[in-house]
Amino acid sequence: MISINALTKEYSGRRVVNDLNLHVARGELFGFLGPNGAGKTTTIKIITTLTKPSSGSVLINGIDAVRYPSRVKAEFGVVQQHMSLNRDLTIEENLELHARLHHIPRSERRKRIAELLEYVGLRDHAHYLIDDVSGGMKRRAMIARALLHRPRLLILDEPTVGLDVQTRRRVWDLIRRINSDGATVFLTTHYIEEAEALCNRVGIIHHGRLIALGTPLELRRMTGMVTVEVHNNSNGTQYRYFPDRDEAAEYVRSLPDRTKVVLRESNLEDVFIELTGEKVCDS
Amino acid sequence: MSPLLYLMAFGWGLGRGISINGMSYLEFVIPGIIALTAMNTSFNGAGIRLNVDRLYFRSFDESLMAPVSDISLLIGRSMIGMIRGLISSSVFVMLALTIAPSMRIEPLFFVVLLMTCMTFASMGVLAALLAKSHEDMATFSSLILIPMTFLGGTFFSLSQVPDWLRLALYILPLTHSSACLRAAALSQPMPWGSFIAIILFMSAFLILGGVALRRLSE
Repeated sequence: MISINALTKEYSGRRVVNDLNLHVARGELFGFLGPNGAGKTTTIKIITTLTKPSSGSVLINGIDAVRYPSRVKAEFGVVQQHMSLNRDLTIEENLELHARLHHIPRSERRKRIAELLEYVGLRDHAHYLIDDVSGGMKRRAMIARALLHRPRLLILDEPTVGLDVQTRRRVWDLIRRINSDGATVFLTTHYIEEAEALCNRVGIIHHGRLIALGTPLELRRMTGMVTVEVHNNSNGTQYRYFPDRDEAAEYVRSLPDRTKVVLRESNLEDVFIELTGEKVCDS
Repeated sequence: MSPLLYLMAFGWGLGRGISINGMSYLEFVIPGIIALTAMNTSFNGAGIRLNVDRLYFRSFDESLMAPVSDISLLIGRSMIGMIRGLISSSVFVMLALTIAPSMRIEPLFFVVLLMTCMTFASMGVLAALLAKSHEDMATFSSLILIPMTFLGGTFFSLSQVPDWLRLALYILPLTHSSACLRAAALSQPMPWGSFIAIILFMSAFLILGGVALRRLSE
């Protein structure tokens, strides 16, 4: 569905995306994980034709996004990180505007808008102005808008940033449903738990480079399924990774002071720390 | 509000008792104020709106990601300003007809008014596409629009200024709009050179807008 080949983007001599190679298959729910400033949004901007790459190529459904931007635009729907709905319009009018921009025939517009508002649970709020609805509703309205022209690929840039925990889970359910209904989903996030909860496969980007790629389980196996945290006031927290609980327990028993030790399942945050030496939120 | 203030200050206040080229100053200045109204409303209607959509709400990205051609986006965005400019200047035209009944509003007047609105709306779109911040729009307004307001043949006749200044003022699109609207409103011969100049300015702003739009993705 998405084929990114040797993609590089430079701004004033600074490489924001560095020789990125990535392939996302049809039907996948792919997570692009990395800290703020890692190059996730720039990659999305290139995929969505908002920015041209310095070199490399992006194919969406076999169409070159750089050479044929107008053809490729019908293939994807995008939910941007920031609230990009028109505040002067109601939710329904925002969808109507999007439908016109995507040349959806007049006869189909009303039906599709009604279907999608029902799908994202906003039927009763269709006539509300954007500023009169909650952050979660705005995000769901943006998802409905992105799906309106029936794209085969849905791109979500930090879809739950700024949302409370309950709303975030509701958006997650919606994303799962969209994926199970057949759309390929490409999602960027810096929330580890989001990538773990949603994604079939995850790519980790750091300083513009793809440093790991695989299923969450494969990535955890790569680092070690079990993590031992040893808290030390002078050196900070030290992390050690082990393939299984027995080896980890043996290591813990060998420690002279076991009062500040945590033994737990590894997660993608551990994978990131092991690969980069930094926490996702620190970078 | 601004056109009314200009009318009161320059038309009724400063210009009372003055005549230019055989007509009262009020008759002279009204077409200029119409051009000025068209310029300001069209520029702001297209430019400020686009600047806010692009840099503050960032909702313009949605249009950029839609399968819509650059020229459609440019013309559509310019038409927002053009329609606003037409509405506000038409309101002023109706008021002007009650103040200066000698004015004649014929189809050619509306053609020039439409071209003027589109020219300044596309200039607003160009400025908004080049702007890197909201302050850039204010700077553009201070450096380009305000000088043009007072120097674009609105409040004085170009025949009264030295030759070198007259030539310099012809680089301002408002000079040509004022001249054409004045000629159309006062049944004078149409200055076709200025008419063509307005078309050239409009085309140049749209072409440069297209270049600026392409450069957004670099």
